[in-house]
Amino acid sequence: MFGEYSIGDLGAIFAMQGFAGLILFSVYVLMALGLAIIFGQMGVINMAHGEFMILGAYVTWLTSSYFQTHLPSLFSGYFFVAMILAFIASGALGMLVEWALIRHLYKRPLDTLLATWGLSLILQQTYRSVFGAREVGVELPQWMMGSQQITDSIEVPINGIFVMCLTLLITMAVAYIMYKSRWGRQVRAVVQNRVMAGAVGINTERVDCYTFGLGCGIAGIAGSAFTMIGSTSPTSGQLYIVDTFLVVVFGGAASLVGTIASAFTISQAQSTMEFFMSGSMAKVLTLLAIVGILMLRPQGLFALKVRK
Amino acid sequence: MSDEKKPGLHSPLRRKLLMGMAALPALTMLPRSSFAQAPATSAINTTGLAVTDTEVTVGILHSATGTMAISETGSIQAEKLAIEQINAMGGVLGRKIKVIQEDGASDWPTFAEKAKKLLVNDKVAAIMGCWTSASRKAVLPVMEQYNGMLYYPTFYEGLEQSKNVIYTGQEATQQILAGIDWITKEKGAKSFYFIGSDYIWPRTSNKIARKHIENMLKLKVVGEEYFPLGHTQFNSVINKLKLTKPDVIFTDVVGGSNVAFYKQLKAAGIDLSKQTLLTISVTEDEIDGIGGENIAGAYACMKYFQSLKNENNAKFVADFQKMWGARTVIGDVSQAAYLGPWLWKATVEKAGSFDIDKVAAASPGIEFKGAPEGYVRIHENHHLWSKTRVGKARLDGQFDVVYETADLVQPDPFPKGYQ
Amino acid sequence: MSDNARLVNRPELLGILALAVLLVVILPLSLDVFRLNLVAKYLTYAFVAVGLVICWGYGGILSLGQGVFFGLGGYCMAMFLKLEASSPENTKIQSTPGIPDFMDWNQITSLPFFWKPFHSLTFTVIAIIAVPAFFAFVIGAAMFKRRVGGTYFAIITQAVAAILTILIVGQQGYTGGINGMTDLRTLNGWDIRPDHAKIVLYFFEVACLFGCIFIAQFIRRSKLGRILVAMRDKEDRVRFSGYSVANFKIFAFCVAAIFAAIGGAMFALQVGFMSPSFVGIVPSIEMVIYTAVGGRLSILGAVYGTLLVNFAKTSFSESFPELWLFGLGGLFIAVVLAFPNGLAGIWSDYVQPQVDKLLRKKSPKNGWTDASVADGAPAE
Repeated sequence: MFGEYSIGDLGAIFAMQGFAGLILFSVYVLMALGLAIIFGQMGVINMAHGEFMILGAYVTWLTSSYFQTHLPSLFSGYFFVAMILAFIASGALGMLVEWALIRHLYKRPLDTLLATWGLSLILQQTYRSVFGAREVGVELPQWMMGSQQITDSIEVPINGIFVMCLTLLITMAVAYIMYKSRWGRQVRAVVQNRVMAGAVGINTERVDCYTFGLGCGIAGIAGSAFTMIGSTSPTSGQLYIVDTFLVVVFGGAASLVGTIASAFTISQAQSTMEFFMSGSMAKVLTLLAIVGILMLRPQGLFALKVRK
Repeated sequence: MSDEKKPGLHSPLRRKLLMGMAALPALTMLPRSSFAQAPATSAINTTGLAVTDTEVTVGILHSATGTMAISETGSIQAEKLAIEQINAMGGVLGRKIKVIQEDGASDWPTFAEKAKKLLVNDKVAAIMGCWTSASRKAVLPVMEQYNGMLYYPTFYEGLEQSKNVIYTGQEATQQILAGIDWITKEKGAKSFYFIGSDYIWPRTSNKIARKHIENMLKLKVVGEEYFPLGHTQFNSVINKLKLTKPDVIFTDVVGGSNVAFYKQLKAAGIDLSKQTLLTISVTEDEIDGIGGENIAGAYACMKYFQSLKNENNAKFVADFQKMWGARTVIGDVSQAAYLGPWLWKATVEKAGSFDIDKVAAASPGIEFKGAPEGYVRIHENHHLWSKTRVGKARLDGQFDVVYETADLVQPDPFPKGYQ
Repeated sequence: MSDNARLVNRPELLGILALAVLLVVILPLSLDVFRLNLVAKYLTYAFVAVGLVICWGYGGILSLGQGVFFGLGGYCMAMFLKLEASSPENTKIQSTPGIPDFMDWNQITSLPFFWKPFHSLTFTVIAIIAVPAFFAFVIGAAMFKRRVGGTYFAIITQAVAAILTILIVGQQGYTGGINGMTDLRTLNGWDIRPDHAKIVLYFFEVACLFGCIFIAQFIRRSKLGRILVAMRDKEDRVRFSGYSVANFKIFAFCVAAIFAAIGGAMFALQVGFMSPSFVGIVPSIEMVIYTAVGGRLSILGAVYGTLLVNFAKTSFSESFPELWLFGLGGLFIAVVLAFPNGLAGIWSDYVQPQVDKLLRKKSPKNGWTDASVADGAPAE
């Protein structure tokens, strides 16, 4: 298998595959962070998570079209505006959904799955009616395209670097919010003991609402970042939902560190295997490995010692 | 204006009739006089199809929802346009076409169920529909059992032929071979790398391409990769491309994966103006999602491009965009879908009957001179004779036609030496 | 409750009779063959829904991978039918006659070994039951022995569904890929395609469905059913009482899997093909929805729920092909928010009291749901 390549080539392969894995890793982390908050912290199975992501992608598309026609001079910076708008739009929709739907179901976590599945159908059809069934293409500003030559045979795509930086930034922000801020303490308090948290004066309903909004908002940013590498159509969200859930579950639902570690493991495994076998088989083996490991270690890689 | 005597479909009268939607209400009055001469229903419909003295019912069966809606929307639009135009001309054998549209919902069993409903309950005289091979395979037994007529628009893998289906798209050899020959000669290509989605059409197409490249052209295929439908991470295969440095990348990736593939290819610094890429799965429809800047310079092997320069096409594009919006693009399959109703009309008129058996028997040899792609004719094997063209993608999402075969290419769904 | 000992109490018997009258008399008489065939197709999902009542409603195990078992059963049946349809005479245009057409397209020149036993109908029938049961046992044993439950189990079953779909699609030489196995024709020489065959198959299917309903009813009424409910509500207490919780869960999961597989096999017979689109996550979730709409605690409700949702789906999509998802999505949300016990809940809360009043019955007990377990929502 290695015979066809020279040593230098092999070095380049591993470097570039490693980098490809890192991009996949960033993508998984972006997808999973929002879900880790919603599923891990609140126990809500949000099957419409993918649709919140796609909302972010559509917002990005709208922003890019707006900048193209009205503010062509600022086009190179539109992406930052788009991400903020995506966060706001998805977050606001998330809060609305929490208020209208989710808050009635906290005692029945499996039912949230069914309700949010219904919601995802409705959102998909809404996108289809509003934006059309066809895919939309988001044009990137010039500086984000192309790649950076590192050595003769190693090149890294610029938008990949961008996604990685973004991921790093958002992860740090989330970690800060959850573990350092007053509000994060409240969230964790509510997760650990809702009644006691309420008794010490935390407005649990508001905390729930904001937490859900935050998770959805991050999904919106992920969707925005996805327009750089993937497609935007009413049903693209569904493609990611199972992978995302697996990342979160594999990492251990209540642990942000776990989510990151699992995203890293899964992405590197998949990206390395993809080089040596067909894409389909690589995917099957990765999923099988995850399921296998979860059977041995059901609480995931990192988890609080809680057993029901 | 009797339908039988009309001198072909490219008559100046037709063009006048179709001048504009605004004029339609007035113009529709005109052909009504032909009803007097229209043949009696009992004579032209002996098998109980939904044909009345003024109407004939036709089904449209595509996915309006689900993952395939992305692709199939264009076909629905093209078929509706053709039917509207035919109605404006007075319909078929003096009968207006009434459409029953069903949603296949991107789900093959639903396609079979809806096809059966159209045939058994609605007794439609023909069905324009299906897109993926899987949906056609699901519908085919239904069409054969209940004796229906399906006009199938997509380019597909071949290996099939049915009395009850007219394939208005190209089968694999028709689509691929001439394009590979051309690109080999033009670019002096020696090595090919295949990348496809993991299902029957890409696999069969690649099999045919591989046999052609290895056995006929005596060149090399240096890699062949398949990815699950909906896959969005192509960095690994892009790395392999960088290492193997094939002269031609030959792709048949479909759906949303396409978008991811070309965006990542571009981001990885593979410049399609230097690296030759030949695709058989990207039409103008897909470029809408991919973005012209990500794919400019790639070659596509099709039978139709929106930018094709001829009188029929200019009119077709204008009508299409008038009906569905000026920004709507038209891909190869949409054009093939547009042929369906017209070919059916011509066949029914030649057969002088809506009966399925007579229509099936009359199909071989039917010509359509008004086709946007130019002249087409139905072969004995129910596929179309049509040309193979190669287009080069431009920044604006359109193609420059850089090559077309001199003659119509014969459809050969069971190619000898390629199986 | 004195009538616990019996298989069915009187209202339940009435309910079963009503369903039987509907399926055996009313529908066949009032519908044409095409619509009846649609009902038959819907009823194949009802097998899955009945299984889910036992596994989810009573056992508290939500499986989002029932499509896997539906698919396994369906594929076993389809392999048998496909082999019969691929006789050398039917396939003489192929380069290798006598093997299924999709194998020929994928340059496979001889029948793979695991296809060979499917020449036998007896083996096929055994496989339809045994293969899914085996898989369910392996998955269940691995999960429940390690006390994985609730949402984790749901997500893992989803992953299993994803794996199987990718495998089937990827190994198209052996499975027919995304096209599935189409053009199934005869069962032991008997043509399954014409109308009269469809009607015979319909009655056969209804009979099987009632078989499953009685088995489910038996489980529910037996001590086993009581333990399942106890486990669902307070798993630890059951465990501390000395029961092997895992074994009971594995049993419930296997029963649900077998029911699903029978449904899948019926589907292959009724519809004449099988494709990976039933194996994936979307159909699996939809099957759970049927159960939820019917009422997760009601065996008969599951059948009605399946019929209702599918009927709504078909008629919505016929009249508003581009809008039906709104209706469907709205239905799910409404059921979860407003009627957590589904149709059966509506019946027992609103209709049954009225009926009782009209008939001046003494017993206020409802018919479909067992009052002793129907209170409140199932716990995790």
